[in-house]
Amino acid sequence: MQEQTVAIKGIKDGLLISLSPTEEWLAITADLAARIDQQSAFFAGARITVDLGERPVPKHELGTLKALLERRGLTLWAVLSDSSTTIDAAMALDLKTSTANPIPGRESSEGTEVSSQEEGGVGVLIKRTLRSGRSVRSAGHVVVYGDVNPGAEIVAAGDIIVWGHLRGIVHAGADGDETAVVCALNMNPTQLRIASYITTSPPEKRRKPSPETASVRKGQIVVETWSTG
Amino acid sequence: MGAKVITITSGKGGVGKTTTTANLGIAFARMGKKVVVIDADVGLRNLDLIMGLENRIVYDLVDVIEGRCQLRQAMIKHKQFAELFLIPSAQTRDKTAVSPADMIQIADKLRPEFDYILIDSPAGIERGFRNAIAPADEVLIVTNPEVSAVRDADRIIGLLEANNKGPGKLILNRVKAEMVRKGEMLSADDVTDILAIKLVGIVPEDETVIPASNSGIPVTLNENSRAGIAFRNIARRLTGEEVPFMQLEETGTFLQRLMRLFTGSQSSE
Repeated sequence: MQEQTVAIKGIKDGLLISLSPTEEWLAITADLAARIDQQSAFFAGARITVDLGERPVPKHELGTLKALLERRGLTLWAVLSDSSTTIDAAMALDLKTSTANPIPGRESSEGTEVSSQEEGGVGVLIKRTLRSGRSVRSAGHVVVYGDVNPGAEIVAAGDIIVWGHLRGIVHAGADGDETAVVCALNMNPTQLRIASYITTSPPEKRRKPSPETASVRKGQIVVETWSTG
Repeated sequence: MGAKVITITSGKGGVGKTTTTANLGIAFARMGKKVVVIDADVGLRNLDLIMGLENRIVYDLVDVIEGRCQLRQAMIKHKQFAELFLIPSAQTRDKTAVSPADMIQIADKLRPEFDYILIDSPAGIERGFRNAIAPADEVLIVTNPEVSAVRDADRIIGLLEANNKGPGKLILNRVKAEMVRKGEMLSADDVTDILAIKLVGIVPEDETVIPASNSGIPVTLNENSRAGIAFRNIARRLTGEEVPFMQLEETGTFLQRLMRLFTGSQSSE
């Protein structure tokens, strides 16, 4: 069988469409449209996750793809990508950038059969500071390499890790997972939520910042200095 | 080659965008630069008042865009500086009368003849803001040492980054050294800690600013005004000159400063 430029398979969250990262964009989207039109009954009403691999897709192109799917009655729900451009574009269009259920073989193409490897959850890495007005939503974990400023918010079904100063609003375990944690190098959130628990930072803690982690214990959120082990 | 387009914006209103634009325009003109200042706040025209040029307006920005006059006809020459011009905004229209493409076109027409084009942005993050930043080569964000102003500045910086205009440079306006020392006002460090962008100027609170603006003679023209000195320093920094930040506090002896540190009170200054 020749290598397909458009691969489609069923996953827990709906349909996963993988687009070859090397093929010309216009050709590949035209291909996809043709495939959907041929088998419209199969696709009808499906929730679509698109895997774009390493291809950097700017916002307008991603928007075109979204519109292409919507015209055919399909919902573009999530975009998986290894390109930060694409992830930014997906976030700008309010699309998820991860799926609730890990997709076999996506995280590490060679690692699936090696038992010594950690399974690892799905997450988004945001490699910049989230400024006021920015909102990140993920069905997995969220890692921010930068600050989370006041007025920014992160809502994640999993954990939230901030490699920087956390000053905004974070909600870990947003789907009800009370084992979710929030870690930050400098923990000073406007509001911190884990599952259904809410806390705020004590006013004016002018101590030397140290990495801290927040978790739910005995029905309340506990913040403590981060330590290994 | 050609002019550098600098947009002055803030997010929050009332932090001193228009005052900053007027003063930087004059500071550049004093340095012998050819400057145009453009009021992009369509519907809330102010820059002409502060520069003392209100009664000379015949045509405005919207007249140029809608083809009722030539660009030259809308450019008002400053009374004192032959190479400082103002393009006023329209008072009777709104932001939708201008598009980002219009602003780019006007800036491109002016570029060959000038050294600096300063654009005074309206407050907010909507159409007026997008118009003002469209032609910008550099963006100055004006903020005050208050949490609300800093929060809005942060939002603006995020939007600038998203529009590939970022991150911009920061002007901290209306700083009261006394209040900072007492811990009642955010310090420059507090502000740059959150915004994490380059600071190009700290303008002290100065009682001469408001009367100067009211009389149409911006404070930069006052040799003794501390705010005026700060604006002139900013202009010099923007031309690439290294200018040390001025001491905000009237300094006392070491002992006096030490006393202040302990008492937190206003001692002999």
